[in-house]
Amino acid sequence: MNPTRRALLDSVEFQHLVANRWRVSLALSVLLFVLYYGYIILIAANRALLSRRIGEVTTLGIPLGAAVIVGAWLLTAVYVIWANRYYDAEAARLRARAGDG
Amino acid sequence: MQTSLGTPTAAAVVFFLVIVALTLAVTYWAARRTRSTREFYAAGRSISPLQNGLALAGDYMSAASFLGIAGLVALRGYDGMIYATGWLVGWPALMFLIAEPLRNLGKFTFADVVAFRLRQAPVRIASAFGAILTLIFYVLAQMVGAGNLVRLMFGVSYEWAVVSVGVVMLAYVLFGGMLATTWVQIIKAILLLFGVSLLTVLLLWRFHFSPGALYASVAAQYGQAALEPGGLVSDPVDAISLGLALMLGLLGLPHILMRFYTVPDARAARGSVLYATGFIAYFYLIIPLAGFGAAALVGRDLIRSIDAGGNMAAPLLAELLGGTPFLGFIAAVAFATILAVVAGLTLAGASALSHDIFTQAIRKGHASEQEQIRVARAATVAFGSVAVALGILFKGQNVAFMVGLAFAVACSANFPPLLLSIVWRRFTTAGAVCSILSGAILSVTLILLSPTVWVDLLHYPAALFPLRNPAIVSMPVSFLCGIVASLLTREPDAEVRFDDEKLRTYLGIGAE
Repeated sequence: MNPTRRALLDSVEFQHLVANRWRVSLALSVLLFVLYYGYIILIAANRALLSRRIGEVTTLGIPLGAAVIVGAWLLTAVYVIWANRYYDAEAARLRARAGDG
Repeated sequence: MQTSLGTPTAAAVVFFLVIVALTLAVTYWAARRTRSTREFYAAGRSISPLQNGLALAGDYMSAASFLGIAGLVALRGYDGMIYATGWLVGWPALMFLIAEPLRNLGKFTFADVVAFRLRQAPVRIASAFGAILTLIFYVLAQMVGAGNLVRLMFGVSYEWAVVSVGVVMLAYVLFGGMLATTWVQIIKAILLLFGVSLLTVLLLWRFHFSPGALYASVAAQYGQAALEPGGLVSDPVDAISLGLALMLGLLGLPHILMRFYTVPDARAARGSVLYATGFIAYFYLIIPLAGFGAAALVGRDLIRSIDAGGNMAAPLLAELLGGTPFLGFIAAVAFATILAVVAGLTLAGASALSHDIFTQAIRKGHASEQEQIRVARAATVAFGSVAVALGILFKGQNVAFMVGLAFAVACSANFPPLLLSIVWRRFTTAGAVCSILSGAILSVTLILLSPTVWVDLLHYPAALFPLRNPAIVSMPVSFLCGIVASLLTREPDAEVRFDDEKLRTYLGIGAE
């Protein structure tokens, strides 16, 4: 491996970038698990709550189910916005240091 | 109501012919741009994020979810909605854990990533085994579904339906490779999203655009229970196990993972997941409305009398709201859906056989382009023929559990080694092989011993394994086997390469 790449690999900035990437994705994964399994466990544990009417006949379960779907999409969007703004800018800077792109 | 389902109407035949003609024209166009392996397997990496997002959605929104979830909601109410949420939540996980490293490290298949720094032959063969097992279960469910669906909708015989799906789908893949398959997926996704949207608008129009009025009509006929959670989550362990398989199984579906190599770089891979997740979320948000609408307007008795599983709920609703032409359109779209999904599965199966086993494991990466393409086409015919043969062999069998089985195998045999190879420095060849084999063997065995097969199909009095969904056991075991076998062996070369390739994994330097 050439010395510039070796130096980049060992640099604090690169290690920081990788650590940040996993911090963000693990945090979002935890939120996703809480969102989805929270919903499933809520159904199993407290069916009466989801059966509660919020309209004439509409139950609380209907908007909650929709919220899980919308929430999952929003988490994806949060990651993409973070990665496009922060990660890509930092990655491009580091790539330039390696003389690549 | 009177239905013309089962008799081929002029509208259905015209829409069907238009879709087949359009997709074959696209195939002709794509065939002239498909000469190298890079073009055959990965569409020359020329697909844009929006196009790939649509194609991913097209690959994922199968007839099983379109017709099946609408039917489940129509017959079982709110429970169908719980099921629908499970189909979406894998997509963010795919984004957070796999998508970008997968794109940067691989070339054509997910096995490229698993085998990246390990010994090629054993890892390639094991990965191809996991991939093909997943794809065979998936394609079997699609083929049997296709046979039944086309028979129900057009009135042609089951065997003819299966063979015609096989022939048209082979034409796409054989001549047009990934480029044609991608455009077939895009066309199908647009038609499906348009069809379901139109269905929903026509439905809500009947209820003055008030979903509350729709729910009131459902509750008036079938009781408030239709809008409340029922028996689906009666066993929380089984429900969580199903959720795990649906969520993390996506991260091990070879035909989905393969699509990430069709875009130019990791940023485009990221964009395509966001688009795909958006389309799929929209689809699963409105499909339950169609299901409730079918229950309210068509009625559960009529839906059940035509197909006990409820699969015809959405087509019947389309006929009621838009007459025979709309039914014909929805029927043709359902057929296009099956064609597109089977084409994607076949291309993934062919790439596991030809790229992983032939080129990498047998020829150690040394095979000419022409030879690789020839083998890829032969593998396509082989996989397609097996799919048709299995479809005919399993005529009349209840194969609904096969999709669940495919997801269970994917999340137990394919996902653990893929994740470990991306994140864990100490992962070894022995670890990868043990993880794949333990996950594959355990998930299949536990399904055979579960109530779904042991009691419902084989009619034994009691199941030997209590859960219908094995993922909660088989996936952790696969991780454990992968970790233990890795700790018992050492591959210093692989550890050094793991560090060296971090620039490729995270910055895309040197990515294909």
